[in-house]
Amino acid sequence: MTCLPSPGGKKLGLVVDLDTCVGCQACVTACKEWNTGGHMAPLTDIDPYGGHVDGVWFNRVHSYEHITEMGGRTVNFPRSCLHCETPACVTVCPTGASYKRASDGIVLIDEDKCIGCKLCSWACPYGAREFDTDVGVMKKCTLCVDRIYNDNLAEGDRVPACVAACPTSARHFGDLGDPQSAVSQLVADRGGVDLMPELGYRPTNKYLPPRAHTQRAASVPAKALEPVRAEGAFLGWVDRMLSS
Amino acid sequence: MHPAFSVVFFTTATGAGYGLLAMLGVLGPLGLIAPDFWPGFVGIGLALGLIAAGLLSSTRHLGRPERAWRAFSQWRSSWLSREGVLSVITFIPAGLFGLGWVFLGRLDGWVAAAGVLATFGAFVTVCMTGMIYASLKPIAQWHSPYTLPGYLIFSAMSGCVLVNALLQGFAVGSTVPLAASVLLTLLGWGWKLATWRHNDQLEIATNANTATGLSGGTVRSLEWPHTEENYLLKEMGFRIARKHSAKLRRITQALAFALPILLLTATFALPWPFAAVSSGLAAIVQFTGMLVERWLFFAEAKHTVTLYYGR
Repeated sequence: MTCLPSPGGKKLGLVVDLDTCVGCQACVTACKEWNTGGHMAPLTDIDPYGGHVDGVWFNRVHSYEHITEMGGRTVNFPRSCLHCETPACVTVCPTGASYKRASDGIVLIDEDKCIGCKLCSWACPYGAREFDTDVGVMKKCTLCVDRIYNDNLAEGDRVPACVAACPTSARHFGDLGDPQSAVSQLVADRGGVDLMPELGYRPTNKYLPPRAHTQRAASVPAKALEPVRAEGAFLGWVDRMLSS
Repeated sequence: MHPAFSVVFFTTATGAGYGLLAMLGVLGPLGLIAPDFWPGFVGIGLALGLIAAGLLSSTRHLGRPERAWRAFSQWRSSWLSREGVLSVITFIPAGLFGLGWVFLGRLDGWVAAAGVLATFGAFVTVCMTGMIYASLKPIAQWHSPYTLPGYLIFSAMSGCVLVNALLQGFAVGSTVPLAASVLLTLLGWGWKLATWRHNDQLEIATNANTATGLSGGTVRSLEWPHTEENYLLKEMGFRIARKHSAKLRRITQALAFALPILLLTATFALPWPFAAVSSGLAAIVQFTGMLVERWLFFAEAKHTVTLYYGR
């Protein structure tokens, strides 16, 4: 049923740190690599080596320039499904293909029921859903549901592929329904925010804004370079010869 | 939003078809149309034909049309599913109404009841179509109080102009449907102008700041995640130049409203068969104009995902 389940206690999701994300795209490729063989496989690429490459990705990293009175800075911004608490992508689905799990809040698609009407992608303000023109169904982030509960993986690897791949630990995975969890604490400490809160989708995933500008760089200058001391002996001779 | 022709034709054709069905279902039982074979056969045939053609066209928009039957299951939450269910249910009274009128030659008793039920079904189905669009929060131009009444007004307008053309065509035209066609077209024109005015002055709370969670200052897109247009940009990032849009708005006004009003007004003074020709032309011109209107409805709608791409 595409009616939403009554809110459960567990809300699995991601916390993305916009302060430390370096925009390396490692999460993007790790996501593609895992999921093209995972729950929503394949993540079709159309004309991958041609001039009009197109394909399905669950995770895309944008780069923005954020300009304030304090100056400008580059912010790398990963964008994927936020596993909202009131996801309109689920309720608009006419077939029951889209659903939100009561047990952990993950929003998924049953590919065998999807008719490819694309209405869910219109209902998602975040652009989290991408249509697979080859298979004719909608696809989206599964929060690596086939990793996080996977007994065949070592316990430390039971996190989404994007989180496992991130070299700067800008991505964190956990239960945002539990106020004591590490991710909830992180959100509380860093003032994590919802994207487009005014639309009322109540996303589970949170974004940690970049830390405030500091004047550290200006107030602790590096020592000025010293003039090169004249070398003696053999090296001095080489120096003199080469300088002449 | 990308104006897929299958969806543009679907909403325009079913709107006109349900409008025609609703008009026949009311005017017949009221005694404003005689229960003759040919007007009934052509009228109900055209109404159901437009509806069926529209519904078939909509399945062309689907990635997996063979599974379309599944769309009847989620009526409890989905406006699209509700539309599907009601469109099928409406065929029952519409079919009975058609049988009674065309083959039994009666428009009283249970046939009248079926007509009224078909009108009600048509009304509710068009409401469902309107709500599919009006319920989508990411598209401010659709998530507006103008959308649902717009669908209803345009459906009634197209239906009334069609029923007038039908009656004039069989030389049984009267001033009530003709005057109603002029008035409804004027209402449609006014509503469209008010909708455009509202959309042009929209103050949308969602912007690049709220989309990225970066508060204050300006957020400028430096680099996209991909070099080519992807599904999101093809489907939701459809762009239309402003001067192009202004031109299309003028074409819409000319074809959907101004010309039909001229032709219908002329019909008051014209004898048959000229009245039939002008009424028929008015219906055809208006249908074409409504296709342009619906194309613009999609093309001018801006989805919030475009904010991520700095568009």
